[in-house]
Amino acid sequence: MNSKKITVAVLLAVVLAAFLFGMNSYQRRVQNAQAEKVTQQTDRLVRFHSPIFGPTNAPVTIVEFFDPACETCRAFYPMVKELMKQYPNDVRLVLRYAPFHQGSDQVVKLLEAAKRQDRYVQVLEAILEAQPAWADHGKPNIELAFKVAEQQAGLDLAKAKADMANAAVDLALQQDIQDLTALEVTKTPTFLVNGRGLPSFGLDQLTALVAEEVAKVKKP
Amino acid sequence: MKRGWTYLLGAWAIALASTFGALFIGEVMLMVPCTLCWYQRIAMFPLVFVLGMACYSDDRRGALYALPLVWSGLLLAVYHTLLVAGLVPKAWVPCGAGVSCADQKLEILNGIQIPWLSLAAFLTMAVLLAVYLRKTSK
Repeated sequence: MNSKKITVAVLLAVVLAAFLFGMNSYQRRVQNAQAEKVTQQTDRLVRFHSPIFGPTNAPVTIVEFFDPACETCRAFYPMVKELMKQYPNDVRLVLRYAPFHQGSDQVVKLLEAAKRQDRYVQVLEAILEAQPAWADHGKPNIELAFKVAEQQAGLDLAKAKADMANAAVDLALQQDIQDLTALEVTKTPTFLVNGRGLPSFGLDQLTALVAEEVAKVKKP
Repeated sequence: MKRGWTYLLGAWAIALASTFGALFIGEVMLMVPCTLCWYQRIAMFPLVFVLGMACYSDDRRGALYALPLVWSGLLLAVYHTLLVAGLVPKAWVPCGAGVSCADQKLEILNGIQIPWLSLAAFLTMAVLLAVYLRKTSK
């Protein structure tokens, strides 16, 4: 190897190392900034209207910012459900709405209306199941989502549509949007476990963080 | 004219067709390219100039300079094709308001996936350049 080849290889290695270092420190900085935002405004994590899964007064709370039209949210739904089964008494899940996709706001309102008919989980699961059919990001077919909720989850659609027009439903949605903006949530799903964000996105990271928080409560 | 120049021309023609095909899909059909598509574009677009110049001046070294682009494009296209086929586990990335990488269909060609076209183009170019380089080596 002559010195020119070595120079090229070294230069390449230096730039790569700088990239990795920059990535690492930038991500850490963003994470710290968000963590600070969250600790300053813990009241923004759970609202009165927020749907809660699992024991209401569990010591560990997973807050999930969720978009019904997001594929990754759909993929994570069964995984999070499975994760919660491991801690039947210690973990609760709070869903917050992050309607980033076109038409998602309508589906969020549908979910809120379903809550008033005690059909929340049924409608949520039916809608996620049918997501590939109605949630095309270019041209979502919201009517289809309504139809699925009616036919597969037994929702009274006429009543639901009336409830969707209710100001309280709109207020709940607006509150969630305000909170996610204040907490600088830009992606779905975003998980906060007792206010702590994931070091990087992934199921393993979520599982580890939940285990850590549960262990904290168990060992006083 | 050296031996094997037609292979070089063939590779350039593929780069040219692929580049304008990608530009048509993006700028005329207004499909937004996903991240993986962008990286493949980055490997494909310069080939028009590199291989074009190599053909024009009949310069063997042009094919050498094109190789890293063709190989990196080929690797990306292989990964993207496997991802679309569901053969590699999809690493779930959180949703912004962006485009999904595992569902990019080119509807006008009866549902042929764009990554397949990309894979075919990079693969053919890799073969053509390999043959050309072998034929022209001393």
